[in-house]
Amino acid sequence: MSALDDHGAHIASALGRAIVSYTVTHGELTLHAEASDIVQVITFLRDDRRMQMTTLIDICGVDFPDRAPKRFDVVYHLLSMRKNMRVRVKVQADDETPVPSITGVHPCADWYEREAFDMYGILFSGHPDLRRLLTDYGFEGFPLRKEFPLTGHVEVRYDPEQQRVVYEPVKLTQAYRNFDFLSPWEGMTLPGDEKAKS
Amino acid sequence: MADNLTAPSPAELEDKRTFTINFGPQHPAAHGVLRLVLEMDGEVVERVDPHIGLLHRGTEKLIEYKTYLQAMPYFDRLDYVAPMNQEHAFCLAIEKLAGVEVPRRAKIIRVLFNEIGRLLNHIMNITTQAMDVGALTPITWGFEEREKLMVFYERASGSRMHAAYFRPGGVHQDITPQLIDDIDEFCRHFPKVMDDIEGLITDNRIFKQRNVDIGIVTQEDCFKWGFSGVMVRGSGLAWDLRRAQPYEIYDELEFKIPVGKNGDCWDRYLCRMEEMKESTKIIQQCTALLRKTPGPVLPEKSKVAPPRRAEMKRSMEALIHHFKLYTEGFHVPAGEIYAAVEAPKGEFGVYLVADGTNRPYRCKIRAPAFPHLAAMDYLCKGHMLADVSAVLGSLDIVFGEIDR
Repeated sequence: MSALDDHGAHIASALGRAIVSYTVTHGELTLHAEASDIVQVITFLRDDRRMQMTTLIDICGVDFPDRAPKRFDVVYHLLSMRKNMRVRVKVQADDETPVPSITGVHPCADWYEREAFDMYGILFSGHPDLRRLLTDYGFEGFPLRKEFPLTGHVEVRYDPEQQRVVYEPVKLTQAYRNFDFLSPWEGMTLPGDEKAKS
Repeated sequence: MADNLTAPSPAELEDKRTFTINFGPQHPAAHGVLRLVLEMDGEVVERVDPHIGLLHRGTEKLIEYKTYLQAMPYFDRLDYVAPMNQEHAFCLAIEKLAGVEVPRRAKIIRVLFNEIGRLLNHIMNITTQAMDVGALTPITWGFEEREKLMVFYERASGSRMHAAYFRPGGVHQDITPQLIDDIDEFCRHFPKVMDDIEGLITDNRIFKQRNVDIGIVTQEDCFKWGFSGVMVRGSGLAWDLRRAQPYEIYDELEFKIPVGKNGDCWDRYLCRMEEMKESTKIIQQCTALLRKTPGPVLPEKSKVAPPRRAEMKRSMEALIHHFKLYTEGFHVPAGEIYAAVEAPKGEFGVYLVADGTNRPYRCKIRAPAFPHLAAMDYLCKGHMLADVSAVLGSLDIVFGEIDR
């Protein structure tokens, strides 16, 4: 049993049912938690003398559309500078039920949560100012969701008549080609292939 | 009228006349495209609201649509001041997940170019910070040295900035003995240039007036705001991933970790200056090691590295491998990993979720300057307007990586 397993067991026993399970892969400890208990988990990790996860490194979303309705993972990365350790906490979320915000525990969660909201539409309850962060003013949609097209929906250009930048639906002179090279012999259709089959 | 609300009396309104000004997005001291909305009470900053995303290019989305090898050059374009350090984090993530062993010579070359990247970054930061507070000369001296370092980049990778030199498993090409000699030669004269710059600004009265006791970060703040890199070391915490969680050959090298005392802009400047000296020493150790360590720079007979050209002329398998590698790309086993490096600005991390195909399922880039800029409101509150640019300069931000 490695030290990380030890830590995982310690956290799981201290937090009880807030921790669904824990895994150790590639020398990293991952805790799977309930979204409703995330504040409790993060606070415990910060204040526990054995863990001292005082630095919040990152919060990010991951989208698994097949897993709907709980399609999102919210992944928290924590670092302990004193113990020289890292822990990852994962919770599942859908696009309607908010995840409790941890800005009260780590103030720097502010922007990370805004980014996750901006990119995936994951809601955070108790966040002081849940605005979009990276996308344009007035942007619609959540760009990192898997169903969002890579090309986006709108494009901008400067309109000399109105003397301002205008938004228009994306017009591509050539359709975006998503090459699937998973099998170079079969997966790719080149222009003209349809004639060969008929 | 709700009775729990008391309308401010005209006299109170008269007292508290905050006004809002826009700082940027086209301001030279904004270091790129940052729009700061400042709420001012006279000349005192009351609230800072950074509006970022003006350089958002959707890097994380694009990476999901590319093979691992094609995704690599995007990392140059994040922090374009020290490109190779970013590539390194991505390569480390892939290597950890796929279990690729990196040859020793490649490790040394990586460390060498990481430290060159650190020099590139710190020269840029220190001199522009000096420019933000009014000194114009250091930037011209610094950029002369940066240009030389970029020539080293070019001689190794073919490109001055967007190198795309690191590969999962090693580096693209070996470097020549002549280049090693020239880098050595650079390290001999570079401390002299640093002394010159130090002589100009370290004890300069204006520079000190603008930086000492400005933007003080306590150790508690470092934890609260998720700082890393120089922002942490400037406040006296000797935290450096190169030492704490060594990767490549950093555990064999000798270098010191400079720490500050007061955590103000001035201490962070001093830390960067000292770090450059340490980096120069690391580079010299690397060149010495490189001379002693011949060998391949990419793993041989590996699924992630192309076969040698000569091999391809004779072996059909090698030819097929080459074709498959550059069309289909290699597959990374399903799993997730977080790999971090000590980039010049702090902890640069890549959180990679692989689903077993030839493309990353999700690649989250953890940029060091992102939490630093997020703390801008906290750092600037109560400072004067002129201090905003000094604090911004010492945070060391580049919008390529913040906006992604």
